[in-house]
Amino acid sequence: MSAALNNAVVFESELLERHRPDRTERTALPLRSDEDVVALRKHVRERAVAIALSLVDQTKLVTAASELARNTLKYGGGGTVYLDALGDGFRKGVGLIFVDNGPGIPDLELALRDGYTTGGGLGLGLGGSRRLVDEFDIDSRPGEGTAVSVVKWKR
Amino acid sequence: MERIPILRMGDLLLVTIQVDMHDRLAMTLQDDLTERIVRDRAKGVLIDISALDLVDSFIGRMISNTAAMARVLDAQTVVVGMQPAVAITLVELGLTLHGVKTALNVEKGMALLGKTDF
Repeated sequence: MSAALNNAVVFESELLERHRPDRTERTALPLRSDEDVVALRKHVRERAVAIALSLVDQTKLVTAASELARNTLKYGGGGTVYLDALGDGFRKGVGLIFVDNGPGIPDLELALRDGYTTGGGLGLGLGGSRRLVDEFDIDSRPGEGTAVSVVKWKR
Repeated sequence: MERIPILRMGDLLLVTIQVDMHDRLAMTLQDDLTERIVRDRAKGVLIDISALDLVDSFIGRMISNTAAMARVLDAQTVVVGMQPAVAITLVELGLTLHGVKTALNVEKGMALLGKTDF
């Protein structure tokens, strides 16, 4: 397990190893500022192009990444994102895991509902990004942090 | 500070977004546009997003808010040039840009704003 950036203690969610069987490469990137979100979008776009995702799927994945990165920043107080290259022998994919040490999400079901927000946004971040990817998992513990894992496979 | 340029053409304001916008930049543009509508007595705002390969909920909200603020200030807003992949993603995300006029390109956007003789 790669060490957390900035020596911060990362929320030890089992989701962090969610992609391990299919993982061929992992990059850890910080999520501390607006600029980090823009940098992440660029990295995700590059990965998506590298495995020849269609333009629509690229756009969906990058948009989901942007939404989730903003959540990490805004609600989690910043954190780390792991960008995983995936391959299971038959297909290739891009995996992203967002992790923060924020307050956690008390009611996941409610947070996934469209239009629900505590931050003055549109409330589309979680529920909306779930619709844009192929796999979506979330692990959140009050007082410890939140981890969100998404995967987009090449069709 | 980083800013997106706003051009004035008669009573229209033109904006072409050509950079990958972070959230602060989007907010600055929204503020700048509302200020310029009043200062330049603009009647129309045309926002060209053909170079944007992503419109997420934050940028979408900025666009909706700008259009709403412009309307209150007696100006119309038209968003032009959205890429097909961006449109598909926006709708799936759940954003419909309610209340925002759109056109396929700058020429059609100008026509919507009543400027056919440019």
